[in-house]
Amino acid sequence: MFDLDRWDEIFETIRKNKLRTFLTGLSVASGIFILVILLGIGEGMRNGIAREFEQDASNLILVFPGVTSKEHKGLNPGRRIQLKNQDYNQILLKYGDQLDHSASVYQVYNSVINYGKESGSYRIDGTFPAYHVLENNQLASGRFININDLDNSEKNMVIGHRLKLDLFKDEEAVGKNVQLAGINFKIVGVFSDPGGERDETRAIIPITTAQKAFGGKNNIANMYLTLKPEENFDAAVATSTQFSAELEELLKDRHTIAPDDNSALHINNSLENAKRFYTLMDMIRLFFWGVGICTIVAGVVGVSNIMLIIVKERTREIGIRKALGAQPLSIIGMVLHESIFVTAIAGFLGLIFSLALLEFVGPLIETQYIYNPTVNFTVAINTVIILVIAGALAGFFPAWRAARIKPIIALRDE
Amino acid sequence: MIKISNLHKSYRMGANSLHVLKGIDFNVEEGELVSIMGSSGSGKSTLLNILGMLDEADEGSYFLDGVPIKNLSEKQGAKYRNKFLGFIFQSFNLIGYKSALDNVALPLYYQGIGRSERIDRAMSYLEKVGLAQWASHLPNELSGGQKQRVAIARALASDPKVLLADEPTGALDTTTSYEVMDLIQEINDEGRTILVVTHEHDIAQMTKRIVNLKDGLIIEDTVVSQVRALSNV
Repeated sequence: MFDLDRWDEIFETIRKNKLRTFLTGLSVASGIFILVILLGIGEGMRNGIAREFEQDASNLILVFPGVTSKEHKGLNPGRRIQLKNQDYNQILLKYGDQLDHSASVYQVYNSVINYGKESGSYRIDGTFPAYHVLENNQLASGRFININDLDNSEKNMVIGHRLKLDLFKDEEAVGKNVQLAGINFKIVGVFSDPGGERDETRAIIPITTAQKAFGGKNNIANMYLTLKPEENFDAAVATSTQFSAELEELLKDRHTIAPDDNSALHINNSLENAKRFYTLMDMIRLFFWGVGICTIVAGVVGVSNIMLIIVKERTREIGIRKALGAQPLSIIGMVLHESIFVTAIAGFLGLIFSLALLEFVGPLIETQYIYNPTVNFTVAINTVIILVIAGALAGFFPAWRAARIKPIIALRDE
Repeated sequence: MIKISNLHKSYRMGANSLHVLKGIDFNVEEGELVSIMGSSGSGKSTLLNILGMLDEADEGSYFLDGVPIKNLSEKQGAKYRNKFLGFIFQSFNLIGYKSALDNVALPLYYQGIGRSERIDRAMSYLEKVGLAQWASHLPNELSGGQKQRVAIARALASDPKVLLADEPTGALDTTTSYEVMDLIQEINDEGRTILVVTHEHDIAQMTKRIVNLKDGLIIEDTVVSQVRALSNV
């Protein structure tokens, strides 16, 4: 390896065969280039999706009932499940210290609200103060409903911005009375919602008031729960998944639902969805690796082919060398040395070029799902080391063949 | 210098076996200049290949400078070729992308001699064959005679015991052939043992001894009075 004369020989052959060397190098360099770019994009996609989910940071768990599909303990399928206040209270009792925010909602659709001559049909959410936090509502004016409103079943109402525009136009809404189902409600606040107009055409009143006014008894439509923040994403996913499972078990038990009945109770865990995305990303990354490795294998096979042709072309020269006293090992060394040298140099060029591309073009990529594509430098170096070993493998078979060349056959005059 | 006895060699060609050498007994003393003659198919090239350790005999013994040449490993063969033998070929067999000087220096490279000494020694041999000013030229920039003289310089470079020349003038015109033979005679005058395979009688007459091969046997082995090549140029 450190034989200067050997290097001399290599450089001489390379100098005399520029095109051949260039083509060999190109196949290897492009192999490495493609691999690194693929890995970079894979990492970028992962980063992009991580960012999307971190922005929301929503570890929201939504519980809403459905219709049973399985017979259980003598109860027929097709039974509609109705969640109750008791369910919600039981959850608070049992998991209160784990929960960050929580709210149950009693919903009434298409209720007519009158203000003076204006009227409209809207969705009414009877709920808890925490609902505003869970729904990410922003106050435009006034206040949200509070615990006093609930305790006293106050006839207070917070309306969405769109609803306010419908009924009040430019007029100030806070402090005014509206009629809902023949009952006077006082507007205490106006909110905006990131969900847009559809979510802003709602009226929110205390759940206690709603259940009384609309004959809801102690029924609830759904529950919103968030858990206290965890150290990192994986821990959050673990806790949240476990919590969902326990919650499901508890509610299914309370409502006599078969444990494997998937349509009677829906527990929607946003973190679990995120987790699924991450798993998908890992699969995509694996796929990229596969494609990249195949590319390199193709490159190595290419090098091996070219080296075989080189050996064939140099049969006579190798014969001469052997007649002059070249030992088989020195012939093997010569061919191997050339192939390793070419693959290593080409590999590094491909690596440098692709890293430069990622470095300078990567930050310019403004797609939602690709963010900051990078490649771990250790991974990159390892790739090149693998490539050099592959180059040695690629060169070995041709080299071995070269060593077997019989001078007497190589030197035969045609 | 060379002692062979009862040398047999046959080649397998499919189902048939071709018996090429049928028991050759042959000795060459140091300083001799021997030509091996014979029509094509007489086995003269095979004999030369065996002498040159490029091929191995089936039967019989071969001693070169007292060393038995038998069952050599590739490695050993390469070492002996480098140390004992210098080859001169009909088609020169120079390496096309190496300069005349580098071609001459190649056997020294395989002896493990350092670069500067290699160049010095190769240069002195090029001077000896009168091509010092052509040292940096590639083979395809040289005439046939010049190429063969480079090849002779290369054969001499490793200071071998025996020079083996296979039709050294086969690809050259008469005048150039005689110039090359003159060089070979000069080298022989210095005491080097040389074997020349040829089928040309005038070339054979310029050696000191003619061995005639026919159908794998030596039919004639005569000492001749050497014709100096220079007198014919």
